[in-house]
This record gives sequence, C-alpha cells and structure tokens, in this order.
Amino acid sequence: MGSFILRRFLYAIPTLLLISILTFIIIELPPGDFLTSYISQLSASGESVDLATIEALKYRYGLDKPILFRYFIWIWNMLHGDFGQSLEWNRPVKELIGERLLLTFLVSFFTLMFSWIVAFFIGIYSATHQYSLGDYCFTILGYIGIAIPNFMIALVLMWIALAYFGQSVGGLFSPEYIEAPWSFAKFIDMLKHLWIPVIIIGTGGTAGLIRTLRANLLDELNKPYVITAIAKGLPKRKAILKYPLRVALIPFISTVGWSLPGLISGETITAVVLSLPTTGPLLLRALQSQDMYLAGSFIFFLSILTIIGTLISDILLAWVDPRIRFE
Amino acid sequence: MNNEKEKKILFEEEPEIEEKIYVASQWKLMWWKFKRHKLAIISGIILILIYLLGIFCEFISPYDPNAYDPRYMYCPPQRIRFFDENGFHLRPFVYGYKLEIDPVTLRKKYTIDKTQKFPIYFFVRGDEYKFWGIWKTNIHLFGVKEGYIFLLGTDKMGRDLFSRVIYGARISTTIGLVGVFLSLFLGVVIGGISGYYGGSFDNIIQRLIELIRSIPTIPLWMALSAALPPDWSPVKVYFGISIILSFIGWTGIARVVRSKFLSLREEDFVTAAKIAGASEARIIFKHMLPSFLSHIIASLTLSIPGMILGETALSFLGLGIKPPAISWGVLLQEAQNVRSVALSPWLLLPGLFVVITVLAFNFLGDGLRDAADPYAR
Repeated sequence: MGSFILRRFLYAIPTLLLISILTFIIIELPPGDFLTSYISQLSASGESVDLATIEALKYRYGLDKPILFRYFIWIWNMLHGDFGQSLEWNRPVKELIGERLLLTFLVSFFTLMFSWIVAFFIGIYSATHQYSLGDYCFTILGYIGIAIPNFMIALVLMWIALAYFGQSVGGLFSPEYIEAPWSFAKFIDMLKHLWIPVIIIGTGGTAGLIRTLRANLLDELNKPYVITAIAKGLPKRKAILKYPLRVALIPFISTVGWSLPGLISGETITAVVLSLPTTGPLLLRALQSQDMYLAGSFIFFLSILTIIGTLISDILLAWVDPRIRFE
Repeated sequence: MNNEKEKKILFEEEPEIEEKIYVASQWKLMWWKFKRHKLAIISGIILILIYLLGIFCEFISPYDPNAYDPRYMYCPPQRIRFFDENGFHLRPFVYGYKLEIDPVTLRKKYTIDKTQKFPIYFFVRGDEYKFWGIWKTNIHLFGVKEGYIFLLGTDKMGRDLFSRVIYGARISTTIGLVGVFLSLFLGVVIGGISGYYGGSFDNIIQRLIELIRSIPTIPLWMALSAALPPDWSPVKVYFGISIILSFIGWTGIARVVRSKFLSLREEDFVTAAKIAGASEARIIFKHMLPSFLSHIIASLTLSIPGMILGETALSFLGLGIKPPAISWGVLLQEAQNVRSVALSPWLLLPGLFVVITVLAFNFLGDGLRDAADPYAR
C-alpha cells in the first residue's frame, strides 16, 4: 500500500508540471503582455505612468527576458506565493482567489455528496426493479438531466422562482452576510442558499452515476454466487446488500476522479448565471478583460483541485479494492 | 438466455432465416440490430430533420434573421390556427396582436386581435437572400402575404426568433461535426500509434490523455477562446472554436482506438497477415480498421453532444460565436437576464432545440454502440 501511494504521488509530479506549462501558455496567449495593457490603461485613465514602477514590474516578472526564462520566473514566484498582479483589480492575485476557491471547493464537495446519496438509492432501486415503471422514469429523467446544459436549468429555475414565487435565487449568501466575516451564522446562511446550485450542478453527474451503479449491480446480481445465496434461503435484502452492492459501489469512489473536472466545469458556468461568489464569474471577467495572471491562476488552481481529487480517489480505490494495488 | 430461446423459435419456424443470418455481412447484421433500437431510429430521423433545417435555413425561415422591426418588440409566439368563429379553414392562419399599455405598470402588453387574420401561404415572397451564397431569390417555404408571423415570438429588437433559431441550427449543429472530424483525425493517429507500438511511447501518450482529461473543460475552453483575436472574421472564429472543442474531444477517441488496437493486435487474422508478409499500412488499414470502424462511429456520435453543449456554453458566456453570427448559444445570451425571461419566457426556446439535439445524439449513439458489435449477446 505504501509503495502504491508513493508511486501515485510521483505520477502526480509530471502532471503538475504539465499543467503549469499549459497555464503559462494560457497566460502568454493574448497578444501583448500585461504590462503594455497596464500602461495603456493607466494612460487612458489620465494617470501618470511611473517609470520606476514599470521597471520594477518588468524585472519582477522578467518581461524583457526570453519566454523560457519567464516561465521559470513565474514558477519561482508561484512557489513563493506570488501569483502575479491582477491588472483589473490592481491587487495581488493571491488576495482575490483565496475565498472564491474555498467556496468553489465547498459547492463541489456538497454537489458530490448530493449526487452520491441520490445515485445510491435510485441506483439500487433501478437495478432491483429493472424494467419497472420507476426504473423507466429514472432512466428518462437521467437522459434529460445529461442533455440539459447546467446553465439552462439555472435559468429556468431562476425564471420560475421569479415569475411564480417572486423571489430571486442568485447568490450564496443573504445580503446581510455578504460582507460579513466568516461565522457559524454565515455558514448556516450559506447552507440555506447552497441547495439550488448543488441540485443544478449535480443533475448531469448524478444521472451518469445512477447508470453506472445500475449496470454494475445488475452484472453482479446475475452472478452464480448471488443466485446460490438466494437459493440457499438468504433473505433477498441481505443477498443484495451484503456482497453485490459492495462490488458495485467501487465506481462510486473512482468517479470522484473523473467527475471532478465535470463538476468544476458545471460549477463555473452555473456560478456565472446564478452570480455565485465562486471562481466562475471572476474567471469570466478576468478572461474578458484579459487579466491573464488572474485567469491563469484560476485555471491552475482549479486543475490542481481536480488532480488532488483524482489522487485521493485512486488511493481510496486501492484501499477498497486490493486487486488494483497489485496491478 | 433469452436470445438463445428466441433464436431457437426463429430457426424452427423459418429455417431460411438462419441461413440469412449466417451469410449476412457484418454491416447487415449491425443494421438489423440497430433497427431493433426504436428510440435510436426516431432520434436519427429527428437529427436528419434538424440538419435539413440548418442546411436550408435561408429558405425555411420566413424572415431575414437580422431584419428588425421596433414595432414588434418582445412579441409572444403566435399559434397556428385552423378554427375561427366561422369554423374550420383548410388554410391555417395566425391572429395579429394589439398593443396595449398597462395603465398601472406602463408595461407593453400584446393581446390577440381577432379582427386581424393573416393566412399562411407556402412559397411566399419575402426578404431577399442569397441561397448558399450562390443565387439570389426571395422565396421562402412559408409566410404570410400581409401582416406578420412570429411562430416563436420576437426578441428585444423585434427580430423573428423562429428564423433566428433556424439560422442558429446551421452553426450550432455543424460546429460539433467539424470538431468531431478534427478529434477523429487526432484520435485515430495518436491512439493508433499508441496502441500499435505500445511500450514507453504508449505510456507517455496515456499520461498526456489523463492530464488533459483531468483539467476542467469549461474553464480551459473559456481561456482558449478568450485568446482568439477579437478582430477575427466569423468564419475564422467558427473554426477556431471547433479546434478548441476538439482539443479535449480527441482523447476519448484515442482511447477507443488504442484499446481496439491492443486487442486486435493479438488476433489470429492479424498474425496471419503479418506472416503472409503484409506491410504495416496494409495490416492497419485493410485488416484492423474495418473491424473497429463501427466502434469509432459510435463513440464519435456520442462525443458530438458534448461539443454542441460546449459551443452553446461558450457563446452563452460571450466567449464563443459572437453576434451578428447566430448560434443557439448566442440566442440564449438574451435569456441571461432573468427579468426579461420572466416577462418573455419564449426567449428560452432556443435551449429546447439544444436539448432535443443533444438527447437525439445520445440515443442515436447508444443505438449505434449496441449495434457496433453485432455478435455480442
């Protein structure tokens, strides 16, 4: 087990390296560098351009150096907690992304829990009641859930809430808590708002999870050992829950890995529609105004979030299923 | 079990069917199996209709999608009717609207005005257009000779939403196809090399695929499309977006191709071809490719909806296709403001077209995937 975990961590290193290269490419993609736009923005607003500051910035980010050199400066700065300067907000990126990343993580985490719980019960029901009316209903609902884009569900929900209940459902906090520092009351308030984005983001993933669980459980249920167990008089409930379900649940753990990118994707766009104070809206604004250090850092950290998730799911999987450890 | 029984019954009653099954080609077997999947057949027909809408959008739409009329802003959809107070009419018609201003809220309100009746005709002359950019004409599939017809209502500038949805079908449905062909090319080449040669090369490519798949797609797509130069022409943006969409799409196809290559490499017929002295290219294209082509087609079909949704999401955020070009995502951008949706819910209708298309592709892909291996029981 120890060697497996170690190997898995070693695998993550080249992945992180590649992600950093990709992020750097994204930062460098727009024509011109951020300093040129910074200067033009300053002069456009009529402020004087302080040559000394510009020289300092140029030196700090190595803007007069070749691209490879700039990459290493960027990595070096990253490792020391300097993610660059946000052009639009005129603040260090570090100050802007912290809380938003935390909220993105929270929303994704609750969404994952939600889809696990829902998929667990519906999946077992669908597999044990194959081809029943309920099974068909859930299958159809699942297909529709996959086909409707997250932002459409968000729009429709907002429309219904506004048109029929006269309420707006955006945001994660009540107005009085938006600027307030974190407290237990604020956390409770967030939980009250959280269920809407959680359901919206969770639909697609939940449907996929239900289908996997149903298919796996059906495979297991038809195996001779289950038939033997039932034939020998084991209560049906026990014959299903004790062994087949355990095997069928393995994908639940492995899905954490592949569903995280999808969750974060869905979270990004849903957050824009519902104007949640998470990474989505700020990332969009950063991209629109070509505030590349901010945008790049978001993408970097969102990717790292999914890599860590995959890592954890792989380790859990090896822990649950010994076959994987020895491969 | 079931199939065995089925086969037995089938064979005992009609021995010639058995013979037919044994001599049928692989593609014929697949077609038979596919035909049993009713939902897939219906989805296929719906998709053909949607693509026809896109191909002939200039002709089918009653209006120029950019023609605006400030008199009819936010008009609700008109219903096609066959009955009026005098009973049934063979020629369908729509009622006109009367504009009223609510005295309290000062909001504009359209009410149906039964004194204005606009019969619908086929092949009417309307806005002039250039069909496929080749010849000029002004004949539309249907329309009204006087008055107006807004089957899906109008938007904030009084443009006909039905015409715009049909024009949007052209871009939204084809961008997935272009993206899929790009991913097919990349996927087959990279996956094929990875599966055929194996070894450390295979290992590197697998790591790369895992890496790309672990990056959240929408943020990455957003970043890449935000980097498209703003002065690009709509055609360039269109291809730019499809390249961006296929940047992730190829990984799925590469995986399918690789796993098929790996399993086929061990098959007897490939070994036989090798011993017979066939060249590598001949083994790959003549012997291996035909036996997994059907799997590729199925996984291609299943990857189109993701691309359509991707384009819609990007355009919805204002990072993909940009007006005056029209795609379903561009149309949905107008629905971003919840207050205008609350007053004119028909602005969400382009989303319905997205959902129908994506659903149809999913069902069709499922049917194709089941049919791709006709020998599987």
